Order: sequence, then structure tokens, then C-alpha cells
Amino acid sequence: MSGPSTYVPQTGFTRWLDQRLPLLRFSHDTILTFPTPRNLNFWYAFGAILTFFLGVQIVTGIVLAMHYVPNADLAFDSVENIMRDVNYGWLLRYMHSNGASMFFLAVYVHMFRGLYYGSYKAPREVLWILGVLIYLLMVVTAFMGYVLPWGQMSFWAATVITNLFSSLDQVIPHLGSVIATWLWGDFAVGDATLNRFFSLHYLLPFVIAAVVGLHIWALHVPGNNNPLGIDVKGPQDSLAFHPYYTAKDAFYVGIFTIIFAGLVFFAPDLVGNPDNYIPANPLVTPPDIVPEWYLLPFYAMLRSIPQKLIGVIVLVGSLLTLAFIPWLDSSRVRSNRFRPLMKQFFWILVADCILLGYLGSQGADALWHVGGTDVPLVWLARLGTAYYFAFFWLIMPIVGLIETPRPLPDSIAKSVLGAAPAE
Amino acid sequence: MTADPTRRDFLYIATGSVAGVGAAVALWPFIDQMNPTSAVLALASIEIDLTPIQVGQAVTFKFRGHPLFVRRRTPKEIASAAAVTVTELPDPLARNENLPEDAPATSSNRQIKPEWLVVSGVCTHLGCTPTAFEGEYGGWFCHCHGSQYDNAGRIRKGPAPQNLAVPVYSFLSDTRIKVG
Repeated sequence: MSGPSTYVPQTGFTRWLDQRLPLLRFSHDTILTFPTPRNLNFWYAFGAILTFFLGVQIVTGIVLAMHYVPNADLAFDSVENIMRDVNYGWLLRYMHSNGASMFFLAVYVHMFRGLYYGSYKAPREVLWILGVLIYLLMVVTAFMGYVLPWGQMSFWAATVITNLFSSLDQVIPHLGSVIATWLWGDFAVGDATLNRFFSLHYLLPFVIAAVVGLHIWALHVPGNNNPLGIDVKGPQDSLAFHPYYTAKDAFYVGIFTIIFAGLVFFAPDLVGNPDNYIPANPLVTPPDIVPEWYLLPFYAMLRSIPQKLIGVIVLVGSLLTLAFIPWLDSSRVRSNRFRPLMKQFFWILVADCILLGYLGSQGADALWHVGGTDVPLVWLARLGTAYYFAFFWLIMPIVGLIETPRPLPDSIAKSVLGAAPAE
Repeated sequence: MTADPTRRDFLYIATGSVAGVGAAVALWPFIDQMNPTSAVLALASIEIDLTPIQVGQAVTFKFRGHPLFVRRRTPKEIASAAAVTVTELPDPLARNENLPEDAPATSSNRQIKPEWLVVSGVCTHLGCTPTAFEGEYGGWFCHCHGSQYDNAGRIRKGPAPQNLAVPVYSFLSDTRIKVG
């Protein structure tokens, strides 16, 4: 979508630089004049919000690393030292821990937005897959970061997640145990594990930033999708990214920052688990171990399966499924605005993910009292898991074939401006 | 490209192969450094004094970084575990390192002396520590994902695939065991 460059260097220096390293030309074409569909709504601000929170996590993370000690005997106390004695340490740590929550909140909205408006469909498959890769890297980074304070939840989260690999013992004897030992650097989660997680937790955000670069590159080849899901047909359908979308994105980043500040200053431990303020104890598992809220739906799926290896396959499959979406959707129409049937299944999926999140937060043997009977919640989780997989592997391919989409508008400009498009 | 391999082709392939093998060999230290260090591998065994443990009590010790359960079973518990036939068990193997790998999971194959059960406290599902005297089978209940073990440490219900492992141990006297 980016046409020939319209950059004209204004000074002698910029002309000189332009012939040697056209950095200003690149910035001008990709940030200032980049043609962007004129009908992007609120839901398209989340790319900017995510970029902002990646920055928040990297900046707060770098300064926290100046005070944190990755040693099993000292880690917990060093975090308390940050909270009590380091100047503004409490603020920086709460920004980092709540920043992760905001980051995941934004990424889920961003993913559901892409799903709703069909942003994964041709020619944006690579863009979507890079997004899935970023999400997977975020999950791994967040998991390792959660281990670092070395509280009870840190320790047992590390134990449970690394033990997922031991399910491979059921495929090839000892394979899983060998991998788990290799990951731990010990026969249990311990000091060696903490050290390597710290090293990788520091590295991965920069890998994420690099993949975000590729993600934006892949976005700038076909250009943005939009709520109508139809292609930009000419200049009348688009606006320059600056000032129109820089201003719009900045406004919503501001709104999100207010929510973020509300969490940090008024409810900093709202989404945290109190058990993580108990130092790690390898001999006592907390009564209910739960992951952070943003991983609860996947945890519910893992727990709903009574067989270890299949449980792990379901967990991994639920994540990898996302990468296949571009080829699972058989519809020729991108946006759910014009897909009356798919729209309903979409909202059921949103509700399903929220339900699974709730189920993941409940105890392993929790019951649901309906009428006079007790239904084990695990059965609800099984239903939820079944719908999650059915949505992608059955509903998406079938609904696209049987559904009659509503008529698409002729152009973005006509749809936005009504009968008389401004030329 | 000519049809017949030349001396130059051979040199290219040989050079490339040396570089490839060299790169692979150079990679190994970076992978192997993740494995347990010599200090970790030099693990000691532990000795446990059994005298303070009362009948019906289960005590947790630390062995090689993991919890280890030592349980002094009541006659009633011993009888209930012995009454279970191996065919009812999800995992039919004893998982007892003191016995051959294919030993069946009978109650007697799970311990050296019927009164004393010594098992790893690591749930075979995802490594949590189960809680004693909970669950439908009176053994252990794992709160993480709901696995239930009987009083011989055998998996009875839930996602865990195997019985709790019995480590290598021996009785030094009637009241003292050496584990590892």
C-alpha cells in the first residue's frame, strides 16, 4: 500500500544524509504519510497501546534488574528491598507487575479485534502469524518473570509448567525427564533454574521488540485492514497516519494509562496472588495454585483433561491453533459486520474464553450447585474446551460455506461519507 | 556445473562439511551447560530416624531437593491397600526402584516393611506436593490438578499417570532408614 516516497529533504544536511542512510525518508513514509484507512475505530488503537506497554515493561524492567538478585537465597529479599528501601522501588515494581496485566489485556483485545474483522485473511496471513509468535513470546516472558520474585506461586508455577515437558516420558521413556532436568539445571526447580530464567527474561523482551518490527513491516506491505474488511481502493479511502492516527492512538494510550495508574496506585495487588508474598518452599505446595489471570483459560483447558499427555497436547494445541486461523476460515468476507451467523459464534467464543478463565481460577475439585445437585466444574471446563477447539476447527470452515453474508459497501469513502463521497 | 564432480567440488563439500560439523560441536557446550553441575550431581543420601513417627502419621523430609513422604500406616490402612487388586489400578507397575521395573503394583511391592511407606512426594502429574490424608482413597490429594493417591502412594484417580515413585532405600536398623 505504501506507494512511491513523497519525502523531500528540506536542508543541506538532510539531503546529504538521505543519499547515505535514508532513515528520515523511511520514517516519513512509514510514520507520517503512511496511508491508513479512514474508518479505523477505537479497536484499532491497541497496536499503539501494546507498543507503549512493551516500552513500559522494558524501561521498568531494566531499572528493576539494577536492584534484583537472581539467587534462590536472596531473590525474595531483594524484591522486598525494592519494595521498601529502593527509592520509588514500590512504584517501579508495581508498574512492571501491573504493566504485564495491561499488556495482556491489550493483546487479548487486539487479538479478538483481528478475529472479528478478519484481519488474518489474505493478504495478511504472515502478519497474523507474527502476531501469534509475539503472543507466545509474551507468555514465555511473563511466565519467567513471574518466577523471579521466588515466592510460593513463583516456585510452584515454575514446577508445574516445566513438568509439562515430563509428559513426553509417555512418548519416549525418560525423554521428558531429561528435558526437564536440562531446563532446571538440577533435579528440581532451584537456584540454577532461577538464574537462567532471569537471563532469558531479560533477553526475550528484545526478541519481542524485533518481532514487533517484523509485524509492523508485514502490516505496512498490504496496509491496515479496517472494520468494513474491504480493500482501500484509492486515496479517497485513506488518511495520512500523522496527524490523524497518531492523535487518535495517543488519546487511547492516554485512557489506558489512566486505567494503568488506577491499578498501580489504588489496587496494585488486585490481580496478584497473596501466596507470592510467602517465600518459596519446595516442601509445601499452596492449597490452590493458579497462574496469573491472563493464562487462566489455558490452565482450565489443561486441567479439564484427566490424562497427562493429552492434557499437555490440548494446552499446546490451543495455542498453536491460532496460527492456522488464516486457512481455517473459508469465508470470502473478512469483517463480521457482514457475517450474521459468524458474529454470533464469535461472541460465544469471547464468553467461552471468559468462562474458561473463571473456571481456571477455581479449585481443582470445585463444584457448582444447581438445584439440588452438584456439578463438578471440570465438566463445564470440558464443554468450554470443546467449544474453543470446535470454533476454530469446525465452525470457522463450515460457517464460511453455508452463511450468506450481507452485501458489502462499494468503498470505504462511500460508507463513511454517505451517498456523496468527497473526491 | 559440469556433470562430473571436479576436484573443486570435492574441496567445496569437504570445507562445508568441516564448517558444519565444527559449528555443531561448538554448539554442544552451550547446550550442556544447562544440565546439572558437578556439585549438584554429587548428591548425598540421607538417613532418617523413624522413632518419633507415630502410627498413622505421615512426615515430609527433603531429599535431593524434593519432598519425601514417610508414612507409618495403621493396620486398617495396610489391610485396605492390600485388598485392592492390581487390575483396578490406573498404573499397574510398582514404580519401586528397589524392585525390577516390571514388578506389579501390589501393596507389598510398594514397601519393604508393610508398616512403613517411603515414597517421593512429587505428584507424577506436574510435580506438586500432594496433601496427606485427603481425597477419596485416604492417601494423598494433589490440590493442583486433583490427582488422588491411596495410602500405598498409588494413583487412583485424576490426571497423574504413575504411582508415586519409591526411591532406593534400606533399613539400617528397625528404626533407621537410609534413602538414596
